[in-house]
Amino acid sequence: MNADLGLWAVPLAVLGGMLRVSTPFLFVSLGECVTEKSGRINLGLEGTLVFGAMAGYGGAYLTGSPWLGVLAAGLFGVLFGLLHGFLCSLPKVNDIAVGIALMLLGTGLAFFFGKPLIQPAAPMLPAIPLGAWSDVPQVRAALEVSPLFVIGLLIAIALLFVFKRTKIGLVLRMVGDSADAARAMGYPILPVRIGATAFGGFMAGVAGAYLSLYYPGSWNEAISSGQGLIAVALVIFARWNPLACFGAALLFGGAGALGPALQSVGVTEGYYLFYAAPYVLTLLILFFTSSRTKALEGAPRELSITK
Amino acid sequence: MSAVSVAERFDDVGASEVSPSQARAERPILEAVGLTKRFGAFTALNDVTIALMAGEFHALLGENGAGKSTLVKSMLGYYHPDGGAVVLDDREVTIANPRDARRLGIGMVYQHFTLVPAMTVLENLVMSRVDVPSVVNWAKERKALSAFLETMPLKVPLDTPVDRLSSGERQKTEILKQLYLKSRILVLDEPTSVLTPEEARQVLGFLRARASETGMAVLLITHKFSEVTAFCDRVTVLRKGAKVGEGLVADLSTKEMAALMIGERELTQAPGRDENPKSAEPVLALKGVRSGDSGTRGSLAIEELVVHGGEIVGIAGISGNGQTRLVELISGQAQKTSGEIRVKGEPYDASRATAQAMKVRCLPEEPLRNACVGRMSVSDNIAFRTFDRDASGSKIRLLDKKRMLQRAQELIEVYSIKTQGPSAPIQTLSGGNVQRAVLARELAGETDLLVAANPCFGLDFGAVADIRAQLIAARNRGTAVLLVSEDLDEIVALSDRICVMFEGRIVFECAGGDAVDTTRIGAHMAGHH
Repeated sequence: MNADLGLWAVPLAVLGGMLRVSTPFLFVSLGECVTEKSGRINLGLEGTLVFGAMAGYGGAYLTGSPWLGVLAAGLFGVLFGLLHGFLCSLPKVNDIAVGIALMLLGTGLAFFFGKPLIQPAAPMLPAIPLGAWSDVPQVRAALEVSPLFVIGLLIAIALLFVFKRTKIGLVLRMVGDSADAARAMGYPILPVRIGATAFGGFMAGVAGAYLSLYYPGSWNEAISSGQGLIAVALVIFARWNPLACFGAALLFGGAGALGPALQSVGVTEGYYLFYAAPYVLTLLILFFTSSRTKALEGAPRELSITK
Repeated sequence: MSAVSVAERFDDVGASEVSPSQARAERPILEAVGLTKRFGAFTALNDVTIALMAGEFHALLGENGAGKSTLVKSMLGYYHPDGGAVVLDDREVTIANPRDARRLGIGMVYQHFTLVPAMTVLENLVMSRVDVPSVVNWAKERKALSAFLETMPLKVPLDTPVDRLSSGERQKTEILKQLYLKSRILVLDEPTSVLTPEEARQVLGFLRARASETGMAVLLITHKFSEVTAFCDRVTVLRKGAKVGEGLVADLSTKEMAALMIGERELTQAPGRDENPKSAEPVLALKGVRSGDSGTRGSLAIEELVVHGGEIVGIAGISGNGQTRLVELISGQAQKTSGEIRVKGEPYDASRATAQAMKVRCLPEEPLRNACVGRMSVSDNIAFRTFDRDASGSKIRLLDKKRMLQRAQELIEVYSIKTQGPSAPIQTLSGGNVQRAVLARELAGETDLLVAANPCFGLDFGAVADIRAQLIAARNRGTAVLLVSEDLDEIVALSDRICVMFEGRIVFECAGGDAVDTTRIGAHMAGHH
């Protein structure tokens, strides 16, 4: 039986939403962070995410293991990443245009292959009950987190280490910051960028699998609400820092949970407006972090949008 | 310096495994034989042979566009030559890319820097090594590099990101990088253009001493005779992609080198300076002008700057000390945060209308990027100031293409702009001719204030002489000229008055002319005085 928490239900639901809704943001933004650090932008991650959701669901359904589904989603993501990476390595090909084309291609293919997957039920990913100590069911529900959330946090920390302390991370930053310097020092440019885009694709694929295999936990054509696109803005907001990406993902997750939370405490009017909170937040953040005089701090200089 | 005395110097150093003096006496350490490089139909390098001896400081002399950079880039794997071979230690080697060159111990300091701006000096130096460990232990690397820097007379801060360094510090970092990598052969591409005269002496003097101590060969690409005569043992001269001379520096006079480098050519004589009294009222007056985030590179904080009619005021300074911002304020490409700019006593807001009304004209640096639309024709570009006016100066609604073409034709002749015709896209012109076209546009009609930024950068001698003559002619007509240049020689040659900019401020001012004390100006450019 649900305890009556009154208005406390709202922050609790927002917290729960933060933990639950943030994971796709986190994965896409970490992947995009690596891609952008190499000097490319992949706007096609939205398509990769939707395709990943379909592939993950299908994979889990066919193999009976949700984790194999996640892996399948990641691998299809790699394919999309490689496609983007190779196309952009051709002379005079613009990464933003390719990204938009791949976004549409990914979504379209996902709907095409996913038609037969709407009915059957695939096995879901397990949850870690962090709220087991509490008697209040809403607290338990809010504190139920996916293992993928924890893995995402670990990846964020690992990326921070990679960027700072490892050769591969330093080469990545070099390629993204000054292709000229990297070339003069004899580091390869295109393989690094293609690899970074493939990693971004993998992460977006996994984010899609999270959507279909954990929360909301089903495959349909409205599975994504633009997480793949918002995450791109989120990387800029996080100034290309993986830990900041984690924070930003939590923030967007919380904002995304605001609408459903208000609805659950009985606000019947205007909650649709709160469903739009993440999008409004995106606009506000871009507005307030803009500066007329300062260039984007920490922006990889090879990025086509900051050049 | 003769070969004999260099060999003697090596004998003092003595007992390394292979005596550098022997190496020098016997054979070149690096040789390029008959290198040819074509870009399309254009032959940038025609059958050039050059030999570098161990322990020598070799100058590669030539005008801009003579093929100096092409030669070394073809040697170091940056370009793939169409013919010829590179011989290292008597063995023909294939250098497919810069990394190969580095593995063979050949290092190059490029004219445009190859440091990663967002990374610290420490990170840059470590990443330049061939054997970077997969996990970097920064504490250990820092210790090793500090120890290395202790032994060097050049100092740079290890933990500062490169984009916060001055151009001079970046240049030093590039040189330290090559020494840290223990390059046996060091190629320097015009390294002193971003250094003060004092820094240039320090850096080149140090490298020279280092070359004779360790047997390192240094190839210095330059067009400055003073550097050749002061530091170099031998010189190779290029002109239009071909080798036109070589020899010991001691055997050649500056005049002979100049003749080799320039060839048979008439240079425009600079007109004399009229003793016109400069105007009583200043044409340009800046008061308390601030722009950009104070304290950051390139920001501006000028208390007072005035330029009178009929004088050239030269702004000296190392690049990145706010000069670009100063020009952008007047051309309207940047905004001031406070202070006032007045032209002939009236407030000036850099809009097109004001610039038109007050007769302010600007020749910015990199004019193809800052003052032209590359794909538009020469005649369109020349008409940018006047396309919406008819002959009498009143507004017109439709463009008068015929008049634009006619006007362009006139100016092309007067300013001897080399172009296929007035309707050729301006980006097809050479650097000097783009500069002439912009100058023609800016000086056409009456001009009260002319701002020129690095007007001769990258131009050959003919164009330089032309453009300098035009600036002096404008001054003689009573135009106030603000000349911003990184080339101190140019400032000294043209200015009636010289101001030195450092970190956005004007830190020193003196009269121009032959009596100028360049050492003092240099000290102010470097920020110590």
